[in-house]
Amino acid sequence: MKINLAPIKFSNKAFLERLIRDLKNVFQVNIEILDLFLDISDSYSAERKQFYSTKILETAIKNTGQTEGKILIITEMDLYVPVLTFVFGEAQLNGKYSVISSCRLHEEFYTGHTNNELFYERLLKETLHELGHNFGLLHCLDWDCVMHSSNSIEEVDIKGLSYCGHCRKEINLL
Amino acid sequence: MIVDDEKIVRESLYHWFSDEGYDVDTAESAENALKKFDKDKFDLVLLDMKMPGMSGLDLLPKLKQIDEDCFVILITAYASVPSAIQALKEGAFDYITKPVDPEELNHIVKNAIQQKKLKTENEELKTKIEELIMPDNLIGESIQMKKIFEMINTVAQTDTTVLIRGESGTGKELVAKAIHLNSKRKYFPLVTVNCGAMPDTLLETELFGHEKGAFTGAHYRRKGKFEMANGGTIFLDEIGTISAKMQVDLLRVIESRKFNRVGGNDVIESDFRVIAATNEQLENLVKEGKFREDLYYRLNVFTLFVPPLRERKEDIPILANFFRQKYATMMNKNIKSISAEAMKFLTEHEWRGNVRELENAIERAIVVGKKEIIGNEDLPFSHISNNIEDGDDKSLGANEKKYIYRILKENGWNISRSAEILEIDRVTLYNKINKYGLKKD
Repeated sequence: MKINLAPIKFSNKAFLERLIRDLKNVFQVNIEILDLFLDISDSYSAERKQFYSTKILETAIKNTGQTEGKILIITEMDLYVPVLTFVFGEAQLNGKYSVISSCRLHEEFYTGHTNNELFYERLLKETLHELGHNFGLLHCLDWDCVMHSSNSIEEVDIKGLSYCGHCRKEINLL
Repeated sequence: MIVDDEKIVRESLYHWFSDEGYDVDTAESAENALKKFDKDKFDLVLLDMKMPGMSGLDLLPKLKQIDEDCFVILITAYASVPSAIQALKEGAFDYITKPVDPEELNHIVKNAIQQKKLKTENEELKTKIEELIMPDNLIGESIQMKKIFEMINTVAQTDTTVLIRGESGTGKELVAKAIHLNSKRKYFPLVTVNCGAMPDTLLETELFGHEKGAFTGAHYRRKGKFEMANGGTIFLDEIGTISAKMQVDLLRVIESRKFNRVGGNDVIESDFRVIAATNEQLENLVKEGKFREDLYYRLNVFTLFVPPLRERKEDIPILANFFRQKYATMMNKNIKSISAEAMKFLTEHEWRGNVRELENAIERAIVVGKKEIIGNEDLPFSHISNNIEDGDDKSLGANEKKYIYRILKENGWNISRSAEILEIDRVTLYNKINKYGLKKD
């Protein structure tokens, strides 16, 4: 098993390196950077000034069929699905592809203050969350579990930074 | 059931609800929805108001005719909000406008769940709820812990304010979590605020949130912890450390459940339960004028004392084995047990840092352990026998113990010579050795 982190319009290498280290600790598998060079311009909505996450996943599926392991796209772009104002990310349940946006994980987005540690914690939470869906996990009722749903940044901050015992067991991390 | 003629709306809502663990079905028209409604029972229907053919507004009374208990949430474009309000009068539960804020959708759905207690929750979710009753490491079989569990059960069923007291590291936050998880508020968050960790101005925006433009850089409105705890529980840790000004603000919000965001005029109401915790003697702080008496009485409604670990030593083996298993699994190490000698050490240690210190000791032992059994050599204090550590304990007793031990060790446990250096007689030295339980390595 391998997990590929595919940055698209995401340039902070230091955070990617930290993610690789932390994900290795959690999943005990190979974590690699995958250069996808995907053109996601057709996912862009000029009206909403956001990218349609489902379309990004579709584009990735078309272009990376042969790639081994899970593929998590990380982007700075703001994501949406038509019925919601925004999404932090989207994943195929029990599938190979997921995407997360770091746009609304920055504290600057809300308060104007930079807080890199908080940003990284949020990034790790959302990464673990979407990968959890890829591994078949549904949302968890335990607020201490990273699989709890988070519909706002406050909820991202409240929920835990790791999988609860039940979810760990579900994905054989115990 | 999601009834909408737009495929992308059906699909995105389908995924949203599936991820939450619901059984979801979709229909692309009112006619198709009616057919499905005849065959199956649906607890919640998300219904688009404008569809070709029969509209959502026309479908609503027909659905209610078949099952008057079903909850219908209407999906509407902003322009048709007045029609949605009309629909509410005709029995719809609520409405959302496209595109909906995810948090708002979540809140509406949770409200529906609370009111109807949806039966379509799958078995897996039910199991999860059952498993959540006690946090993993809130364990123990001592009389003291059994009493704590009993009190948690009793108070969880109420909305009473709870004050949890106990030394640092005893697990006060776990007790708060257990109360929340056993209460009717469990579907909503337990929001923790460490009052001692931040200065006043930060604590204020943390607790009450802020409006857009409240201060330089406040680009967005931000909810505070009290608002986040709506429907759930707010856990105010280290309550004894807050400033006089914050005490006034807290008292006001706890009494009224109403507040303003920083920089805002709107009065925000929030339905939260308060659990506070402290390791300080609040009564002394009240006497010294450092803690408001009215706030003290407002918090001190139902008090739970979490005992220090040294007062429930019988729980140490259970806890130690729990942490051994936890960290051995996490670190993928085959460490199957703790030796009798090491367990004796663990049981006799004073554990000034309580369960947290025990957990750290076991975690360390798993890191350094090379055998299947944790031995004395793996424990952090084994090389300084007799439970002498360079801890935070600044008491005279702790330092006397350390000093006597050092002199004894330096002099090969020669009592006469050690007594001479210490300038005490041999009997006094023997008494102190016994008092502190010092033993030759």
